Amino acid sequence: MSVLESMRSFMRRDQVFDFLIPDVPPNLDLTHGVILYLENLNVSFDGFKAINDLNLYIDDGELRCIIGPNGAGKTTMMDIITGKTKPDSGSAWFGQEINLLDMDEPEIATAGIGRKFQKPTVFEQHRVIDNLELAMAGDKRVWPTLTAHLNSAEQDRINEILKIINLEEHFSRRAGSLSHGQKQWLEIGMLLMQNPKLLLVDEPAAGMTHQEMDQTAELLTSLAGTHSVVVVEHDMDFVRSIANKVTVLHQGSVLAEGTMDEIQNNQQVIEVYLGE
Amino acid sequence: MVVLKYLKQDRGGMITLGLIALLTIAVPICNLMVPEGNVFHVSTFTMTLLGKYLCYALLALAVDLVWGYLGILSLGHGAFFSLGGYAMGMYLMRQIGSRGVYGNPLLPDFMVFLNWEQLPWFWQGFQWFWFAMLMVVLVPALLAFVFGWFAFRSRVTGVYLSIMTQALTYALLLAFYRNEMGFGGNNGLTDFKDILGFSLQADATRVGLFIASGVALALGYLSCLYITRSRLGRLCTAIRDQEDRVRFIGFKVENIKLWIFTFSAILAGVAGALYVPHVGIINPNEFSPLASIEMVVWVAVGGRATLYGAVVGAIMVNYAKSYLTVAMPDAWLFALGALFVLVTLLLPRGVTGLVRKKEVDA
Repeated sequence: MSVLESMRSFMRRDQVFDFLIPDVPPNLDLTHGVILYLENLNVSFDGFKAINDLNLYIDDGELRCIIGPNGAGKTTMMDIITGKTKPDSGSAWFGQEINLLDMDEPEIATAGIGRKFQKPTVFEQHRVIDNLELAMAGDKRVWPTLTAHLNSAEQDRINEILKIINLEEHFSRRAGSLSHGQKQWLEIGMLLMQNPKLLLVDEPAAGMTHQEMDQTAELLTSLAGTHSVVVVEHDMDFVRSIANKVTVLHQGSVLAEGTMDEIQNNQQVIEVYLGE
Repeated sequence: MVVLKYLKQDRGGMITLGLIALLTIAVPICNLMVPEGNVFHVSTFTMTLLGKYLCYALLALAVDLVWGYLGILSLGHGAFFSLGGYAMGMYLMRQIGSRGVYGNPLLPDFMVFLNWEQLPWFWQGFQWFWFAMLMVVLVPALLAFVFGWFAFRSRVTGVYLSIMTQALTYALLLAFYRNEMGFGGNNGLTDFKDILGFSLQADATRVGLFIASGVALALGYLSCLYITRSRLGRLCTAIRDQEDRVRFIGFKVENIKLWIFTFSAILAGVAGALYVPHVGIINPNEFSPLASIEMVVWVAVGGRATLYGAVVGAIMVNYAKSYLTVAMPDAWLFALGALFVLVTLLLPRGVTGLVRKKEVDA
């Protein structure tokens, strides 16, 4: 190309330079009805294979329970999906177009995956509504956060979530003074404030009374449909009360998948849980 | 203004700012208008001492912003303070001109002493006040930005980060001790004559410096108040308490830390720049790790995560230091250590925590 030509192409007014094109993240594409693809994942920590050739697909709008004995890789799997741990090999896709392995935790969270930790993790020094405000979807860069103020639509959204998680009366209490179960709900509420498409919920029923457990089960089943929900849980009664499809993890890969009844009659599962 | 609204909710802050305003107005009057010998006369020595405390208070605000609110225990804020001080010192050195001992119109005395032929490139521009002020802000900010960029991106936290900040200021201490660095070696920069054409020995200039320190402290306080009461401020305390959760709700924690840390370094640099004309000297001892640890003690004593606590703590501890280093020179370091231990054990929320009890529980 001659100098003149390259000058002309440099000066073209119908184009902009590549670096000026804003980085638009790919949209969540759910045309095949599957929201999460985990394929051939492998992770090892110091030679211990935490995840071993794991394949798992979650459908859009489904409520999936994942069970498995300790060390089966449940939490590690969540760490991979949310970007906390990078796998040694394999692929993880959110919808058809979003490659989770290229992103860090904040990017994955904004893309639409919310995660509840095993231990309830809320901002104990802040009031309940402040917790929800901080988690709210929106511009999360530094300067806009400095000058941000709640508008009435956002206020309504917070009130709506407060109602869903049953904390309306406690809105101005410090989160640290809530009961264990209420903290679990607040954390779920914080996930909902992010408008996620996929919720990863680690042991939501831990430390709850029976009544609280029932309310949590109701909450999670009501979220399925509009959201996809993945629940990791030990409590079999709780799993039975919410699940229509259960996946059993064992030694880092899927051992069985099916309805609760199928799982309970599966010979391999019985061996893993009860020993030979 | 939003800041005023925040200030109305911050009673301790209102009282502290009121006292600072009173001090900034009353002390100059008592110094200039009230004749010597009158009970209400404030000597220039006392005023300079108070001015020094105001600079320390601004520095304590900077430390409190990153430690109290963001949970980064910086043991190297002396580095930013000193760099701001050196930038101011370089301007003051260039103002001496041919009045130095060797009478060289361009080179400061120590360079003549070292047989240097010409001014090093990094001393260029410091003959202008505006340039020096720009450097007071830019140099500490740049250091903090570069340091923070690497440290926060690689997720260094807790005690490891504290040790790195300590190493940073220690490395600068060693570097500034070297004559070849071109900052006066272990003598530092001193013998200043005047600032903006006003003699530094004149009472009126000292009054001006005192007022400038008071105003800077008040502005620093208001800007910290604005940051800590904003959504970003709430996010900072959230990072302090549950860093992972903040990441998983979609915030880039490292960017937030980076900007707050840089802003804090700027505050520290401004404090250093105001401090140098008060005391008339800047030398590498300001970089010493001990000095940086002292700053943390001020904040701990006053009460971390309250802005007025930092101000109160800085003034109280430094008053005690001024008193003790005269009365019992050997006892100061022991007193400092004892103070830190006692405050940590008995008053985890600092002295302001005693009056604050009701607010927090409510």
